[in-house]
Amino acid sequence: MILLPESSDIERTVDQPVLNVKNLHKAYHGQEVLKGVEFEIRKGQVKAVLGPSGSGKSTMLRLMALLEPADQGEILLNGNIIGTSVRNGKTSHLPERVLAKQRQDIGMVFQKFNLFPHLTACRNVMLGLTSVKGVSHTAAREHAMEMLERVGLANRADHYPSELSGGQQQRVAIARALVLNPAVMLFDEPTSALDPELVGEVLDVMEKLAAEGMTMIVVTHEVRFASRVASEVSLFDGGVIVEQSPPDDFFNRPQHERTRKFLSHVH
Amino acid sequence: MLFDLEIFLQQLVSPEYMWGAFISVAVAVLALVLATAIGFFVALGRTSRKPLLQAPANAYVWFFRAIPALLVLLIMWNALPQLIPFFSQDWFTPFIAAFIGLGLVEAAFMAEIIRSALLSVDDGQALAGRALGMSPTKVMLKVTLPQAIRIALPPTGNEFIGLVKYSSLASVISLRELLTTAQVGVNITFRYAEYYAAAIIYYLIIVSILTVLQGMVEKKFTWTSKVKVKKTRALASATKAGLS
Ligand SMILES: Nc1ncnc2c1ncn2[C@@H]1O[C@H](COP(=O)(O)OP(=O)(O)OP(=O)(O)O)[C@@H](O)[C@H]1O
Ligand SMILES: [Mg+2]
Repeated sequence: MILLPESSDIERTVDQPVLNVKNLHKAYHGQEVLKGVEFEIRKGQVKAVLGPSGSGKSTMLRLMALLEPADQGEILLNGNIIGTSVRNGKTSHLPERVLAKQRQDIGMVFQKFNLFPHLTACRNVMLGLTSVKGVSHTAAREHAMEMLERVGLANRADHYPSELSGGQQQRVAIARALVLNPAVMLFDEPTSALDPELVGEVLDVMEKLAAEGMTMIVVTHEVRFASRVASEVSLFDGGVIVEQSPPDDFFNRPQHERTRKFLSHVH
Repeated sequence: MLFDLEIFLQQLVSPEYMWGAFISVAVAVLALVLATAIGFFVALGRTSRKPLLQAPANAYVWFFRAIPALLVLLIMWNALPQLIPFFSQDWFTPFIAAFIGLGLVEAAFMAEIIRSALLSVDDGQALAGRALGMSPTKVMLKVTLPQAIRIALPPTGNEFIGLVKYSSLASVISLRELLTTAQVGVNITFRYAEYYAAAIIYYLIIVSILTVLQGMVEKKFTWTSKVKVKKTRALASATKAGLS
């Protein structure tokens, strides 16, 4: 009788989602963009999110990354509520200092790279280590070089972002997020700002990351990448996740009318 | 009366002129440092979303943009010591009154330069810094400010030149800066052309030195790898050597 809840507890921690989003709401100027998003991802999973332009996919990721406060809803990282605290039944947003700490566990890669133009590739990757984790300069440089090696850019370490191609910049941005060893990586259309011939090198790096077991949420328009790499594909539309299924089902046997409609546009 | 080259050269190398030029530059430098420090916080206040920070910052800019610098200097030197005994003591010299007075006025203008520089840094930069888990202060110091400085540098150079010239206003509070030095000499000798020409040379030299310094600082903020330049240069000279 006593053992039963214990064993189910253990089961829960093993199988617990890395990131779990419940009933997320967000409005801008009275316009509701997120209307109760439910989303969860487990360790090692890769979830691709497709959806029409302007539907709120970036907003969803920014909220998950604690870059903006939600109007309503819960975000759990490894089972713990982040971003807000509940006291006496009242939910309040945490101060920026506390949020900053919680953000270290969530990596974010932006559509427009957002590399720091005044720092070399290596320094871009080092900054999180030196100024957030308090790692020494030498150790940070060594670690940053390893990350640049992983994305195939060790030979560009001392170049400034303005001296790198878009694809190279995005790979540096991935290394910059990766170096803090996040529990989950969020990608916001990582290849949308790239020339077609540069898309492949970024997707290759992401596919390698996925194969190494990184937990990833990828908002993308790359259907081929989604069907090959993702464990599950979701359609985000009208402020909610409309459909969520393994790629084969999602692309070949979509359950919802909106998914069928969306796929007919991208195919 | 012809232009007497000898008088001109004599004044040009005279200790009075050198001292006057030094005072002008010193007042300008200290005023700019003060103005940048105050201006930074005023700019932060004006970009803040909190009315409690915004209101005093706006009031500062409104007030000091409206009041003539000359009036501020006169108030600093004449009215302040009357009102507050602390300023009637020996330490409060025309030099100190001048750089603080000019610094206070200039801060309103620097605040606007810094504010627009901060605003011109892409929002995605702070977003990326915050996503890494950097605190607001770290984001400002490590991400936003270095990029804002680059944008603020050229207009700040202009402001500095303006301050060197504005330092001549301090003659009303009996500061012996460059232009006052020339004027005092003229009043005795009536050699207008020679004395004023010497002053012109000094102003030209000061601004030339500043332009060179500004160019050097701006080069530091171009953010391209020197390694690459050196390499291509080395490569170019190697190919040249190979050709010859
Ligand atoms: N900071 C903001 N202030 C006001 N409105 C915003 C803000 N951010 C997003 N929006 C609005 O919210 C809606 C969703 O924007 P969002 O960028 O999340 O969409 P998206 O799905 O990422 O689109 P895209 O595919 O074009 O990137 C849009 O209508 C946008 O105008
Ligand atoms: Mg988007």
